Amino acid sequence: MKKRFGLTDLDCAHCAAKMEDAIKQIDGVQNAQVNFLAQKLTVEADDARFDGIMKEIVKVCKKIEPDCTIEL
Amino acid sequence: MTKKQKKMLWRIIAAAALFVAAKLLEPQFTDVARTLVYLIPYAVIGWDVLWRAVRNIAHGQVFDENFLMALATVGAFATGECPEAVVVMLFYQVGELFQSYAVGKSRRSIAALMDIRPDYANIEVDGKLEEVDPEDVPVGGTIIVKAGERIPIDGQIIEGSSALDTAALTGESVPRDVAAGDAVISGCVNLTGLLRVRPTRAFGESTVAKILDLVENASEKKAKAENFITRFARWYTPAVVIAAVALTAIPALLLALLPAASLPGFLAGTAWTDWLHRALIFLVISCPCALVISVPLSFFGGIGGASKRGILVKGASYLEALAETETVVFDKTGTLTRGTFRVTAVHPTEGVSADDLVEYAALAENYSGHPISLSLREAYGKAVDTSRVTNVAEIAGHGVRAKVDGKTVCAGNGKLMDREGAPWHPCELPGTTVHITVDGFYAGHIVISDEIKEDAAEAIRALKAAGVRRTVMLTGDSSAVAADVAAQLKLDDYRAELLPGDKVDAVERLLSETSPSGRLAFVGDGINDAPVLTRADIGIAMGGLGSDAAIEAADIVLMDDKPSKIATAMRISRKTLRIVKQNIVFALGVKALVLLLGAFGMANMWEAVFADVGVAFIAILNATRALHVEKL
Repeated sequence: MKKRFGLTDLDCAHCAAKMEDAIKQIDGVQNAQVNFLAQKLTVEADDARFDGIMKEIVKVCKKIEPDCTIEL
Repeated sequence: MTKKQKKMLWRIIAAAALFVAAKLLEPQFTDVARTLVYLIPYAVIGWDVLWRAVRNIAHGQVFDENFLMALATVGAFATGECPEAVVVMLFYQVGELFQSYAVGKSRRSIAALMDIRPDYANIEVDGKLEEVDPEDVPVGGTIIVKAGERIPIDGQIIEGSSALDTAALTGESVPRDVAAGDAVISGCVNLTGLLRVRPTRAFGESTVAKILDLVENASEKKAKAENFITRFARWYTPAVVIAAVALTAIPALLLALLPAASLPGFLAGTAWTDWLHRALIFLVISCPCALVISVPLSFFGGIGGASKRGILVKGASYLEALAETETVVFDKTGTLTRGTFRVTAVHPTEGVSADDLVEYAALAENYSGHPISLSLREAYGKAVDTSRVTNVAEIAGHGVRAKVDGKTVCAGNGKLMDREGAPWHPCELPGTTVHITVDGFYAGHIVISDEIKEDAAEAIRALKAAGVRRTVMLTGDSSAVAADVAAQLKLDDYRAELLPGDKVDAVERLLSETSPSGRLAFVGDGINDAPVLTRADIGIAMGGLGSDAAIEAADIVLMDDKPSKIATAMRISRKTLRIVKQNIVFALGVKALVLLLGAFGMANMWEAVFADVGVAFIAILNATRALHVEKL
């Protein structure tokens, strides 16, 4: 399943790249894309575990860029 | 400005005022009090940076710009350079504010370009108009589009006539006249009359939704330059930080261990704090933000600007490849020529009437959507009674065979006649010749000609001027027609009488003939040439409005039918790449220069801050130029 989320207060392009790398490392995530300019996150992950994976993603992003929030 | 940015602006003003006050009061204070006086503006401007630095270290994020800035300024305080520490932090925040403002502004201007999403659709409920979400309108219902409104969903006009402004989709400023029966595309603005439209697609399948999706996803196909920057950024910061550590540690060690007399030249007369100061300069320059923001922003701007001109680019990588186009291969029909065929001559064999010949041809070709079949049906002029036609078999690259009124009718080119063993002869007129046999008897032929598009010759000239070395036309048509068109347009080469499969082979061969750094672009109308579009380095589909196949298979979609847009796209691509290169060279150049000067003790903190945020700001401003492509 592929889903797209908005990102607010994503101010640092370098952090966006780091977030993308970290999200890709999460187990069950097939692909992820953090678009700094469109302020969007696209996640492709296993259907069955999607909600759990999203929780994990939020946690990882909080760690890298605490100011940025994912609009779930 | 957002709320967050406004707050920051006030903090900057307050901190600047406090800094000036501190500067004025400074002579009255001694060491500790002096530091304290400068700590006040420093705290006002830098508390959040310090806080984030601490928090991020706790999260294991070491080489983060907050941490580096905190380290550099705290270090400056420690070495007694209090005013510098405050100013560095102040400038850093000013730069960040500028950056966030500039990025926000270009984000908005790109979003404005994409402002073609219709907010609502009008439907009629009990004689009254009601506004509903376009997604809720079923296919086959009826929507009403008033003058001044945007058509929300692709459909067909059932009542009314009007002029449509297609500028948002095609960049074309001349309105298009439409009337009942015409297909309309979402995203166009209805200028004059009231239209009743029957949606032929759901909103999600409509042109507008597709275009928005495509442009938003365009940044996923990253250009080489972007990948280079991402890789570079990963190594740059740690490398600079390690260099900074070495820059303090090695001299400090040597200064401590060696007697003053035997010190190497570069260390003579320096204290370890000088080296620490130089290292702090390194830390200030160590963020790669200028590049990380400005390169994708340039591509985003280029793609946005191109879409304003009716050119949809599916990814930054294609925009990048387009600049290196060496060979452009065109499909003839619908690309260089109008594709609106007309029957220009009917030559029946003796004993057959012209009307009968046209009738057989129109009936046999009845199921095909090919432009030639359409022109035959137009010449026939009557509604086709489909019950008279059975067993239709399309023979790719040859023609059709069908049973009409129980007789076997073959209609197609010379190759089909050879296959059928009919005694055919070529026609002396230029154009496409359709030969017809009835039950094996050669009944004659019909000549259909196509017109060359007005801007086709200009398009070829512009491509040549833009540096394209070779232009080639592929066509299934006869050599005579191909040679005629190629000569009129001054094309370098042509391949004629190709079957659809041959086109892929022809492109393969042309690909092997292009130089390793050159790219091959194929331009087609998206009908029947999906495999070729995919095979070419860059697949360009024309007249993409409403054609799903084209949008799917191509890398670049030209929304209108003008081949001259290819050269425009190339110019946009060149401009974008020029900006990207300028930014990379400028940002890396300034950073390298300041690092070098810093290592030799010839740069100060001010220059370092400029090399960081100043460069980022200038690079962003430069990147926003990519948006402006109106005159290209």
